[in-house]
Amino acid sequence: MTAPILQTRGLTMRFGGVIAVNGVDFSLQEAELRCLIGPNGAGKSTFFKCLTGQLRPSHGDVLFRGHSIAGSQSHAIARHGVGIKTQVPSVFDGLSVRENVWLAAARVNPGRLADTMTDAALQRVGIGAIAGRMVGQLAHGQRQLVELAMVVAPEPDLILLDEPAAGMTDDEVDRLVDLIKELNKRHALVVVEHDMQFIRRVARTVTVFHQGAILVEGDVADILVDARVRDVYLGRQAA
Amino acid sequence: MSRLLPVLGNIAVLVAGLAALFGLPAFAETYVIINATIFASFAILALSLALIWGYAGILCFGQAAFFGLGGYTYAVAAINFGDTTGAAALAVALPALFAALLGYFMFWGRISDVYLGVITLTVSLILYRFVNQTAGEQWNIGEAPLGGFNGIPSTPILNWPGRPGEQLAPENIFSLAAGLLILVYFGCKALLATRFGRVVVAIRENEARVALLGYDTRRYKLAIFVVGGAVAGLSGLMFANSVFVSPTMFSLPVSGQIIIWVIIGGLGTLIGPVIGCILMQVLTNWLGTLNQVPGFGWVDPNLVLGVILMVFVLLVPKGLMALAADAVRWVVRNLPFPRRGKVPEGRKGDVRSASATGSHLESVHTSPFRRFAPPSPSGGRKSSA
Ligand SMILES: Nc1ncnc2c1ncn2[C@@H]1O[C@H](COP(=O)(O)OP(=O)(O)OP(=O)(O)O)[C@@H](O)[C@H]1O
Ligand SMILES: [Mg+2]
Repeated sequence: MTAPILQTRGLTMRFGGVIAVNGVDFSLQEAELRCLIGPNGAGKSTFFKCLTGQLRPSHGDVLFRGHSIAGSQSHAIARHGVGIKTQVPSVFDGLSVRENVWLAAARVNPGRLADTMTDAALQRVGIGAIAGRMVGQLAHGQRQLVELAMVVAPEPDLILLDEPAAGMTDDEVDRLVDLIKELNKRHALVVVEHDMQFIRRVARTVTVFHQGAILVEGDVADILVDARVRDVYLGRQAA
Repeated sequence: MSRLLPVLGNIAVLVAGLAALFGLPAFAETYVIINATIFASFAILALSLALIWGYAGILCFGQAAFFGLGGYTYAVAAINFGDTTGAAALAVALPALFAALLGYFMFWGRISDVYLGVITLTVSLILYRFVNQTAGEQWNIGEAPLGGFNGIPSTPILNWPGRPGEQLAPENIFSLAAGLLILVYFGCKALLATRFGRVVVAIRENEARVALLGYDTRRYKLAIFVVGGAVAGLSGLMFANSVFVSPTMFSLPVSGQIIIWVIIGGLGTLIGPVIGCILMQVLTNWLGTLNQVPGFGWVDPNLVLGVILMVFVLLVPKGLMALAADAVRWVVRNLPFPRRGKVPEGRKGDVRSASATGSHLESVHTSPFRRFAPPSPSGGRKSSA
């Protein structure tokens, strides 16, 4: 087995009395696609924030290709090649769609190349037609796509997507599924989603979070029929 | 047309600037020229805050600190050097250096926006207090007495470079101030159009996202803050050449005024604060004279200005520039005759996009205090909900 692109060891995030992430040992191979599921409050978003430097973990370590990045600044981690789409779209509302994506591309490639990368990312995500619109005026699903294009544009090696399908129309979800599959040819991805239909369409390996810890991890077909998962998650979903 | 508008705007600003630059010294009396020099130096000061607050989102409550430092540095250095050229350079360099130090502690300390306001305000008040009590021999810097409460009435006037003793005439000082104003205005525009400027605007919009893209936001904020300090220092230099330096340059009313100019002119524009500054100066002067007219003695200029500020914050929060833009749009939309050049169906999107991209920098704040408002969660569907 080759070295993982991402690994966490005993990763823990505590907010006062609340332990949002509790001793997580997680490992992701190069160019792997992993889906992360779990009920509300399981700690998925907090886990992502620890990986990207938005939060400094209370304990444990995060290794990116063997280098510890736990407690590093967000921008330093991003420069290693980590891109994240946050749960609530984090975009520049007062700027145009194109400007949003350009800022992402211009970080890695100043000059004309940034323009080319911007166009490519806009086309790839399928938002070329709204490139001139102000992001603040867009619908939630479109804002998700803008953020997705921002994540895709600089071609990071590791892509983290927190609930990317939320608020999207069926057509947009179809495009997202295709995009994720295509991205996975060259990039490693971790995708958090609540929508089981969506998970079925993209997932191979699934990790289930429950109360900040990994409950179970395995093949998507096994996970979706696992009784424990049903209890903590699907059971609630069906109710 | 929407692509043309910014260009037309730039030309209009340039023409107006050059007209003032060359027209005024030819026709106006000396006291008008001196007043106009004060306006121009204040307008440069307005630009310094328009840049760092309007575009970088850094609300500095103590911009007067750099203004005063620029003026005092110039006065002290000019008295000591004899020649004013080096003193003028120092008047820009020292405030920039001070901004670099202050900014380093604020941005690397990652203090919140509110504390940034408090710290900058406090620093300017400390400087004010300090300079105010520098009367007496022990506060001489070289040959320059700081002069405490009275300031330095002997502030030298700029001489021609390399020719100490040959002072610039008031018309020359005005031309310099107006020329610098034009230069700083277009300099800011050019800066904002670079990659650096666009990242700075993005930081105003959403700093966390800029960091997640891999930009070290602290460096960008520090750099733009230093530019703001240098520009404020430059305005202090020109002010010192139209009046003389005194502790009031550091005072709270000056810091407050700058904020008022920006709010009234329009946060997130450059020309707005310049216009706001000049209008408010003219108004203040006029209210001052009105005060002398029998029957109008009760008019308190500060009260009137306060009311104007309140009206703007409550009714025209986006400022004069946005108001003017809305007015133009309204007139165009309600023109009684059909517009020429019908837009073909398929290209409508393009036309919209052109206008949107063209105006991306002159941006869209709902309230001057937007940065203090809690972030509004966007109403996204939670698939689990
Ligand atoms: N900044 C914070 N301060 C205190 N508690 C927090 C903070 N952030 C998250 N939590 C708590 O940590 C737990 C995990 O939250 P998190 O947002 O990571 O869950 P999640 O799995 O992403 O849930 P969802 O599916 O609803 O997005 C929750 O109990 C939450 O209330
Ligand atoms: Mg979450």
